[in-house]
Parts: sequence; structure tokens; C-alpha cells
Amino acid sequence: MQHEQRMLRLYDLELSSRLLLGTARYPSPALLAEAVRASGTAVVTVALRREAGGELAGQGFWSLIRTLGVNVLPNTAGCHSVKEAVTTAHMAREVFATSWIKLEVIGEDDTLHPDVFGLVEAARILSEEGFQVLPYCTEDLVAADRLINAGCRVLMPWAAPIGSGRGLNNPFGLKALRAHFQVPLIIDAGIGTPSHAAAAMEAGFDAVLINTAVAQAHQPVQMARAFALAVEAGRAAYLAGPIEPRDLAVPSTPVIGKAFLA
Amino acid sequence: MQVTIIGGGVAGLSCGVELAERGLAVELLECSAALGVDSCSWCAAGMLAPWSEQADGCEPLVVELGVESIALWRRRLGELCTAQGTLVIAAGRDLPDLKRFAQRAERGRWCAREQIAALEPELAERFERALYLPDEAHLDPRAVLPALAARLEALGGTLRYSVSPGESDPVGRRVLDCRGLGARTALPQLRGVRGEVLVLRSRELHLTRPIRLLHPRVPIYLVPRGNGIYLLGATVIENDDTGPVTVRSALELLSAAYALHPAFAEAEIIEMRAQARPAFPDNLPQIHRRGLRLYLNGLYRHGFLLAPALAVRVAEMLLHNRHFPELSHEDRRERRLA
Repeated sequence: MQHEQRMLRLYDLELSSRLLLGTARYPSPALLAEAVRASGTAVVTVALRREAGGELAGQGFWSLIRTLGVNVLPNTAGCHSVKEAVTTAHMAREVFATSWIKLEVIGEDDTLHPDVFGLVEAARILSEEGFQVLPYCTEDLVAADRLINAGCRVLMPWAAPIGSGRGLNNPFGLKALRAHFQVPLIIDAGIGTPSHAAAAMEAGFDAVLINTAVAQAHQPVQMARAFALAVEAGRAAYLAGPIEPRDLAVPSTPVIGKAFLA
Repeated sequence: MQVTIIGGGVAGLSCGVELAERGLAVELLECSAALGVDSCSWCAAGMLAPWSEQADGCEPLVVELGVESIALWRRRLGELCTAQGTLVIAAGRDLPDLKRFAQRAERGRWCAREQIAALEPELAERFERALYLPDEAHLDPRAVLPALAARLEALGGTLRYSVSPGESDPVGRRVLDCRGLGARTALPQLRGVRGEVLVLRSRELHLTRPIRLLHPRVPIYLVPRGNGIYLLGATVIENDDTGPVTVRSALELLSAAYALHPAFAEAEIIEMRAQARPAFPDNLPQIHRRGLRLYLNGLYRHGFLLAPALAVRVAEMLLHNRHFPELSHEDRRERRLA
């Protein structure tokens, strides 16, 4: 298998890092800024739905996000309907002057399971309006196919429910998704430790998005660095072509001539 | 020395009392017509919970100043300060959150059902495990603010309401600016962090100490005020909107209270209120000197937890020219290293 070593491309932007960071739940914006620097990330996601308040009252935090010097991927976290998500996307375009939108339409509150039906509908509306949509989806192949038909050129499947830290819950389903689609696939939710992130990258995913696992670590800055290393290692391993596991030992040194019958 | 303090929240009043106790002539100016009602302090829970805050990811500075403040509150207004500790609980499915909290809270003790029953009998049936932080305390801000004002006046200080002097300072007086978000033009790094609280009255429940219910999305605390009154809070939302409590926040806070104990379903909602807390990017307080004016600001959600200890430092700066780099340096890294 031959792989080109190339940069991650999300729509028309090439990115130097394959780690994306969320900006919620950090102890402070100052620690968030340090974690962003330590991670080397080129993209941070920002929630707008609840933070907007009346009259776009969230400017204080958003201006801190703008000063991080990385690309901002606004999201529609907290939206439960197509209409809410579309409205939030419009606001995001205005606030951050970007046509990127990480589209979330939540169908169930305990698992924050994406509502794939609403997602497809919102993705179609927003793509037609010129947005570059990055939908938060599951590993469902048919839903993924519909999202691509709706105009999405990047997909963001979950590994496990948001914030659960369970890692790749359904490795088989995720591998099938990777095998089916050429578009960039970013593992979006449920990563708990750097080893999970490395496993996702080894499986050929193009990037991972981390929020809780860094923000809620005892030392967020150190954890951001750990994830950066894991993502780099996982990507390098994928490009290097890992060996296939097998059942019996393969001696790496010759055994002929050794007194193994003695 | 004569000092004019601007802002009658817990920061301004604590500084007023501290300075008056040290013999300074203090005049305190408050922009609203009565004490506190428009300030963040009026909405505050009044938890003196440095170790819980530490477990929540706050910097060591908060713990250090908070521990010092508990002692100061008890010395100054001991009768209004309740030292019953904090009980931290989580539903069975959120026990990993409680374990994480316990790892980070220095003074926590694990409780099984029997110990929970001894502390808060009404919660023992519903929760198997809890973490008890015995050294924490709480107070009622709406009793404490008037008590501080009375203490200031008893020490010869004056309070004037409906006065907002703006940015220009009177000649010959030292000015201490404790206006919170009102000082934003002078301190552009300040931002508002919205918090929403509800006040409930239950005739059935008799909780005696602050309860924190951990939850991945909606952590809440409930602070008893006596006579069946409970303060339920608080959201932490990154905006400076002080408009009314949203339906979502009310639903979330109330659902969490109901999860804590179903008897809250029959409680009355007697108040809903939102405020924006003043915070610097590192969510830590700062004291700045600009000419003759001193600014104390950025107490974030730790007004009552930190105000007395910060007032001591303000007094030391004013009277003895002492320097506190951990509070005054513009750069967070420098402040942490200080």
C-alpha cells in the first residue's frame, strides 16, 4: 500500500496538524490558550448556541478565541432541531467570518447521539447556502453516504458518546466507514486517552478532535502535548504500514543450528 | 489616609471593613440605590469551598486565598459563617466523575451510605457514595453584605448610594475601584461569565450543608439558607448577558435538583436571577495600580471565597507599599511563578 505524506485538507484549507481541539470546559481561557499552543493544533471548535445570549453577549470569550491565532471551526452544539442548527450556523458565519460549520444535531440527551435524519436535512440546507459543512455523525454507512450526497466533503464520526472517554467503541464499524469513503474522516467524540487517538490514526482516520480529555485532565497543557505526540505517532504508523497480527511466533533471529533438540 | 472605594459588592465592602479596621477614613460609593441588589454578590451562593474549587480545576492560588479567607470570615462574622463542610455526590452512572473529583480534592473523605446518613439523612437512600469535605464552610451573602456595611459604618466609614463617579478621581484621595464589569473600559481584559441561580423553598427537606451534585453536563450545587430555603446554582456560560434565566438553564438546574431528591418537585421557586461574573482570562483575581487608583477585580465565581484575603493584600499595598506579584502581574505565567 502506498500513501502520500500530505497535509490534512478540510475543504479549501490545508492544515499543519491532525489534532483539532474543542474549547469547552477548560479551567480558564488562559489555560485553554496554553493547551492550544502545546498541542500545535491548527483548528479549534467553538460552541455558539448557548453562549450567544441576547445581542451576541459572548463577544468577550469569542475575542479570546480569535486571538489564539488558529482557524476557528464554530459548532452547533446544543441544537436539537434542524432550524436551531441552521440559525446557529448563520450566527457563526457572522461572528467568525468563516463558512466552515461543524454541524451537530442532537437526537438523544443521555448519549448525545446525533439525529442523523435532522443532520442530513440541515447539511443539505447549509451546503446549498454555501457553507462548508463538517457533520458530527455516527459510523452508520448509509447516513454517511447521505451526508456526502447532501454536500458534505468531510465527516466527523464519533468514537463513543461525547465526553465519555471510552475510545473506539465500534472499531469494526469505524474501519468499514474508513474503507468506504475517501473524504477526510475526523474522529470527533469519545476519545479518552492518547492511546485511543493513536489507534484512530493507525486505523487511517485523517484527524481527531479532542475536548474533554484535554480540558478536564489534571494538567490540560501536558495532556494536549501528549495527544499531539499520539496523533503524530498514529499517523506515522499508518503511513508506515503496520504488520498484520498473527497467532504464532515469527522468530526474528534464525533458529537453524541452535541446539533446540538438546 | 482617606480612601474612596467604588463598588459595594463583596470585594468593595470587604476592603472597606479591612481598611477601616486599620484606621483609615473610608468612603464607599455604590451606583445602585440599595446594597447589593444589582451586584453579582447578591446572587452568590456564598460557598467557602476552596478544596471543591481545587477539585474543579482551579489554580492553587484560589485554594491558598480561600483557606485564608475562611479564617477571616470566621473571625469577623463568625455568627454568619456555617462550618458544616460540603457533601459531594454523584448518581451511580456518574461515579467516575466523583472518583476524579476525589483524586483532586485534598481534604476529601469517602463516605458510604451510613456516613451519608449521619450527615444528610435524606440523601442516604438515594446515594451510595459521597465525598465529604469537612473543612469547608458557607454563608448567606444577603445577610453578610448588610453586616459588612453595618460594620463599616460602626468603624466610622460612610456609604453613599446612587453614586457612580466614573474614571476621574477626586484630588487628594486614594481610590480603590471594585466595580467588577463596571470597570471594563479601564481593564479591557475583563469578560463576563454568566451565572444563573434559582431560590427554592421546600417544606419537606432539611439539608444542612452545601451539596454538590456532579454531572457531566449539568453540575449543580444547593446551599441551604435555613427555613427550608435553598439556593440552587449555577450555570457557567461564556457571555456577559444579565438577562432573565433561560428555559434551558431552569430546566437543567431543576432537573438536577429533582435528581438530588424528588421532594424538590414540590418545592416552590421563589426567585430566578442571572448575573455576569467579572473574570480575567485566567479566571484569577488581579490587583492593579494605575496612578493613584487601585483596581481589585476578576473575582469570577469566587467573590466570597476570596474577598477577605484580597482585602488584606489591598490594605498592605495601600499602607505599606507591599507588592504581590501573584496578583498584580499582567502575565499569567509570571503570576504563577511568583
